[in-house]
Amino acid sequence: MQQLLFAIFTMVGGVLACVVYFFGTNFLLDKMFPSKGLTGAQASKNLRITNAIRPWLFMAPALFALTVYLVYPVFESVRLSFHNRSGQQFVGFSNFAWMINDGEFRQSIFNNFLWLLVVPALSTFFGLIVAALTDRIWWGNIAKTLIFMPMAISFVGAAVIWKFVYDYRAEGSEQIGILNAVVVAFGGTPEAWMTIPFWNNFFLMVILIWIQTGFAMVILSAALRGIPEETIEAAVIDGANGFQIFFKIMVPQIWGTIAVVWTTITILVLKVFDIVLAMTNGQWQTQVLANLMFDWMFRGGGDFGRGASIAVVIMILVIPIMVWNIRNATKEMEGH
Amino acid sequence: MIASSRSPLVFVVHLSVLLLVALWTLPTAGLLISSLRDKDQLAVSGWWTALSTSSQNLTGRAASPETQVERDGKFVIAGRLIEEGDTKVSAFGFRPLQPTAFEAGAEADIGDGQTLTVREDGSYEIVSPTKMEGTRGQRIFYTASVPPRFTLDNYREVLNAEGIGASFINSLTVAIPATIIPILVAAFCAYALAWMPFPGRAILIAVIVGLLVVPLQMSLIPLLRLYNGVGAFFGVPAKTYGGIWLAHMGFGLPLAVYLLRNYMAGLPREIMESARVDGASDFDIFVKIILPLSFPALASFAIFQFLWTWNDLLVAMVFLGAGNEELVLTGRLVNLLGSRGGNWEILTASAFITIVVPLIVFFSLQRYLVRGLLAGSVKGG
Repeated sequence: MQQLLFAIFTMVGGVLACVVYFFGTNFLLDKMFPSKGLTGAQASKNLRITNAIRPWLFMAPALFALTVYLVYPVFESVRLSFHNRSGQQFVGFSNFAWMINDGEFRQSIFNNFLWLLVVPALSTFFGLIVAALTDRIWWGNIAKTLIFMPMAISFVGAAVIWKFVYDYRAEGSEQIGILNAVVVAFGGTPEAWMTIPFWNNFFLMVILIWIQTGFAMVILSAALRGIPEETIEAAVIDGANGFQIFFKIMVPQIWGTIAVVWTTITILVLKVFDIVLAMTNGQWQTQVLANLMFDWMFRGGGDFGRGASIAVVIMILVIPIMVWNIRNATKEMEGH
Repeated sequence: MIASSRSPLVFVVHLSVLLLVALWTLPTAGLLISSLRDKDQLAVSGWWTALSTSSQNLTGRAASPETQVERDGKFVIAGRLIEEGDTKVSAFGFRPLQPTAFEAGAEADIGDGQTLTVREDGSYEIVSPTKMEGTRGQRIFYTASVPPRFTLDNYREVLNAEGIGASFINSLTVAIPATIIPILVAAFCAYALAWMPFPGRAILIAVIVGLLVVPLQMSLIPLLRLYNGVGAFFGVPAKTYGGIWLAHMGFGLPLAVYLLRNYMAGLPREIMESARVDGASDFDIFVKIILPLSFPALASFAIFQFLWTWNDLLVAMVFLGAGNEELVLTGRLVNLLGSRGGNWEILTASAFITIVVPLIVFFSLQRYLVRGLLAGSVKGG
């Protein structure tokens, strides 16, 4: 309890510090270059100076935090990836050479590739289906809320939920995991799903799809509602059926949004860590890049060189999407 | 919306949505129901049978022969296998290989002329013509039908014994300041990017859009080194709450600035121009007009940031210690998965405690969450 009070105290302190900073610097700026009360050239000169400085005062704390926590680390990680485990000695490309020959790394790349193929596709697909279907029924909003709900659950919480679904008891005893119970009810034999190489990746992916479908649904549902009514009415008049309207009239009009959803989930998939750590910790050939990187950060006292080089690989995979996002954002701002 | 809404397809639509909703809610429902079940029942039957009476094979031991009494020239040991209640014994036996050899109420010959009877209500009686020897009681195997039992015991146990209670406080300690502090910082920055013209603004916005997708993994090692260096330099621990609050602030800022800038840029220009004509400075305009008007966007971001900091595992594992005073709920849950892997009564109750706060936030503030998602992603379309 004491530490909670401490936290609230710090929070109030932090907010106060922000207020003092913004108010104080603004006050000082106005005092140093006053524009009120003066006339003519001096006033307009001071006004120009304050207008040039003020944005930077407003942005300084945010830019400082962004630089320390995101910009500097990007360059530092790249630098460290060319250094040895303690980061002291330059070793050239040897971390990357190690990587290519490391079986675990190749396994991770392969698994990440599988995740990238399956998770964004299925999340978007289910999201689109749910968005389209729930628009037509009276209890659609309740259904949407329930499918959206896993978004709020942590990856670790979701891992426990699904570990319980996949729970395995030896054949013959009562199954308490619902998946094995269903399998047994249909006359199959129960399986320890997490230990079946290759296929266990898909059982892990189910968890992320379960979480992300709600996200895709919310965004695609808004996009579907934004489709002009006339295009659909015209299709109805031309005698198109429901499926034709959906796939030939509606989906093509929201390609842009589908791409945004797809790329957002792709980024998330590249960073997936908690699920694998909690479910298998990379055993039974389920390793992924983010978990491997975390592993090397601490393995045997920590190998910063190898850890950083794996992070750089993740970054390189993200860059195409980053460039695409930036281009879209700038294009949009020009349009305003 | 579509003309086909009266066709027989509607039935299929209802059915498929129902199926999807069931698929999406059943896993969580199973967790919640299981966490409320009696731990002995949870271990032997699926949560979907929680409401039905379960049949369990149990083992008990009769009282030791020292407690025998003489009655009508015979020696009798009597007692109960189970407490009086709704539990009913259906069968019993005295050999491990034949645990259900006799029906309840029947008389079993256990050798030496002794007989064993277990009645439906769980009481037993061993009758012997001669005085019984030894100190160990007779083992009795029995099948009992146990009525469903729901209890909060699992929650009581994890909150106290498993340290979930302490971790709950730790999670709050991390999440609350890490949610509130970045808001002002981001809002001022967003205003400057939205409404204050200065050279290089477009580039800065592009950089922030780029930073939105930088993987956290890139930051971990450099920051860990930085924290260790700063800690060693000032002689303070490297893993503190202060460190993780700042880290969460740094990682949350790109989204915060991006969301708020988009929202503020959409506010009508006339409001600001008329305020400026009245002699208001940028600072006045921001504090008195923009900040109150941006409340929906601020709320959206606050919800995102709270969910993200509460649910985070990676940042907490790297920048916060693993002691009882620091371990957050997600970290504790991962540890429990390792140490208590088979104890589902502990795992389900712990997991539910970790997800209940985000779920409350989600259900009460869903509107802002949806709005934030749309503002952050559907651009252009």
